[in-house]
Amino acid sequence: MTGEAFLQLCVLVAFALLSFSLLLTVLRVLMGPTLPDRVLALDMLVTVSIGFIAVTGISTRAAFNVDIAIALGLVGFLATVAFARFVMIRGDSVDEKIDGDHPDGGGKK
Amino acid sequence: MTASLLNYCAGVLILIGALYTLTASIGILRLPDLYTRMHAASKSGTLGSCVMLLALALQATDLSIALRALAGVLFFLLTVPISSHLLAKAAHGAGFGLWERSKLDDLKTAEEKLRRRTSADKPDPSKN
Amino acid sequence: MARYLNNILLALAWAALTGSFTMSNFAFGLVLSVGVLYLATEQSNALGNITRLVRILSLSLLFVRELVLSGWRVARLVTSRDMKLVPGIFAYPLKVETDFEITLLANLITLTPGTLSVDVSDDRRTLYVHAIDCSDIDEARRDIEQGFERKIMEAFGR
Repeated sequence: MTGEAFLQLCVLVAFALLSFSLLLTVLRVLMGPTLPDRVLALDMLVTVSIGFIAVTGISTRAAFNVDIAIALGLVGFLATVAFARFVMIRGDSVDEKIDGDHPDGGGKK
Repeated sequence: MTASLLNYCAGVLILIGALYTLTASIGILRLPDLYTRMHAASKSGTLGSCVMLLALALQATDLSIALRALAGVLFFLLTVPISSHLLAKAAHGAGFGLWERSKLDDLKTAEEKLRRRTSADKPDPSKN
Repeated sequence: MARYLNNILLALAWAALTGSFTMSNFAFGLVLSVGVLYLATEQSNALGNITRLVRILSLSLLFVRELVLSGWRVARLVTSRDMKLVPGIFAYPLKVETDFEITLLANLITLTPGTLSVDVSDDRRTLYVHAIDCSDIDEARRDIEQGFERKIMEAFGR
């Protein structure tokens, strides 16, 4: 019984920490000076969400949570790959259109 | 008795995982450029999620759930380096440079060398 | 790779015959197939198979240790008040040759302390690695060479 209580306490603390890290990551999505920064932050958002789902699975003991976590991981992977192709093809021009100028732009190819 | 012990282990594991994830997002916010941020996201972030999935596997009552969680960990460890490597390559190829206080950039010098060589080679056949 | 095809086929046959395609049953089939192949083929071959398996296991153990260590290092770095950063991209001359080995090495490098693989040169001789601490490049190169690359060559080289 005490083990159960300890687990529930840990779940609560973990939820608080994970919510805080979601908040920080969303800040980076909003701030991110360049397009790849935002893509990276979105990828991180997916990672944090998977952790969130795992903790939810522990607290509710529902079996389907694992499947959701795996599916979300797959979707996040595909999204990041697609974004990377997008950055590769026309990242520079798109980025300038979005933010005007950025300090670490580097040279064009 | 063992169930209680497993509960303790799972609790400690999810705390560790949540702390790792928190440091990853702090790193994403504090580090100066895309490539250093990628270090935080691809290492600490992955480790955090994997540890939490491990806790889920440890604490699951059903064997099939535990195996699926372990498969998820494996899948995660396989895909994260690929996606972050692809993003880094894409960003570098599109011309997003490193932090201005970075020490060296061998890839850029190699690319410039290649470009100089090809542009130096080109005029030759057109002249002859 | 072809060497493991036999194992997987035998394990599949076991799963089909016992009529349950669960993960644990499949794993049990794999274990059985190793034993059967050990009995059926000449001994040297099967023994080579087993030592290779042991080497792959030791590679994975090294990987897990480095992964935990890298998470710890990033955590300490970002929570320190003044982040001492000397980032940079350095070139690493590859010794491994096949696509599979290069991919594996690049993936392992990405998940280990302070390094992140960015690109492979077109002639597949050089791997460009971004390091968070470039103050001693030679040591970083030596770490990769004597850690992962050696283990990969031991486990998969022929």
